Amino acid sequence: MPTPPEAGAWNWRHPEFKRGVSDMAGVAPGIAAWGLVTGVAMTQVGLPLPLALAMSLLVFAGSAQLAALPLIASGAPVWVVLMTTACVNLRFVILSAQWRPYLAPYPLAQRLRMSYFAADLNFAFFMQRFPAPRAEPAQVPYFWGGTSLNWLSWQIPSVVGILFAESIPSTWGIGFAGVLALLGLTCSMLHDRATAVAAAVAGCAAVAAYALPLKLNIVVAIAAAVAIALLLDHGKPRPAMPAEDNT
Amino acid sequence: MSTLDIVLTILGMALVTLITRGFFVLPSRELPLPDWLSQGLRYAPVAALAAIVLPEIVMTQGQLIGHWQDARVFAALAGAAWYAWRRSILGTIVSGSLVLLALRLGLGW
Repeated sequence: MPTPPEAGAWNWRHPEFKRGVSDMAGVAPGIAAWGLVTGVAMTQVGLPLPLALAMSLLVFAGSAQLAALPLIASGAPVWVVLMTTACVNLRFVILSAQWRPYLAPYPLAQRLRMSYFAADLNFAFFMQRFPAPRAEPAQVPYFWGGTSLNWLSWQIPSVVGILFAESIPSTWGIGFAGVLALLGLTCSMLHDRATAVAAAVAGCAAVAAYALPLKLNIVVAIAAAVAIALLLDHGKPRPAMPAEDNT
Repeated sequence: MSTLDIVLTILGMALVTLITRGFFVLPSRELPLPDWLSQGLRYAPVAALAAIVLPEIVMTQGQLIGHWQDARVFAALAGAAWYAWRRSILGTIVSGSLVLLALRLGLGW
């Protein structure tokens, strides 16, 4: 294993820390709005205050939390919620493969800390700032600058949402904002035909198989969608085929 | 869910999230990533989200909604249209919520 680069002493006045903060500042309002929505959704689904706070601080993964809430509310078994969390989080597995050359030289305790804080947008900004996949001293303050602001602009509105959710009338449908956030996230993942087909198959399968016990419709939907998308990827193109039947 | 189940769920979700975020960062040795796995990984996240979102929009208490006067459907359509137009998740939340609010408070749906 390579030795970690000598980071030297740095604090929040380090120029790379400030740069990490200012890069993240542009998207902080969006993160804050989503954090607020997630906080409100956690309370409105009926999570007691301490548990909602624990989920926000310990899990720290907005889409996974929003995805888990309807399942928790409908009494899905723990393993189905955890499997759904793993699926929604699979993108982090892909991102972590790209984080590795930057973070691998550091001790395990530091890698664990960094793993907890490394959210999607931190990845996006970090990779733009340091395109070459190798560890450099300037990366450490930059990483903590961006992740600090990201964490605060998520957690503070989330806690505010948890504390004040009950003073918002339920007819306003603020809880549905969580579904809308997930909808927007789903739209942002539709890059090509295969991902669009995967989303359509998963959505329809989840509705059609809704009557299955234990929220297994989610599992069935994911399996069906991944299978169809992989078939689309690997199937040879057959120009003689009639137009798609979308029934 | 009982309180114990929820506690277990939250602890499990925290662990799963930490493991997925650090999947290739935490092991001390390089892990090989087979091609079929990385391809399957591409589709699972969007599938999981769509599987959760669609029933939340078009179903009520386990039944497909039988009428079109449901504010959620129009809110979701407005949100999706906004995303197609502006590519903004925040805009999706705001436009969808406004449509939902207008239909609920204005038309009483």
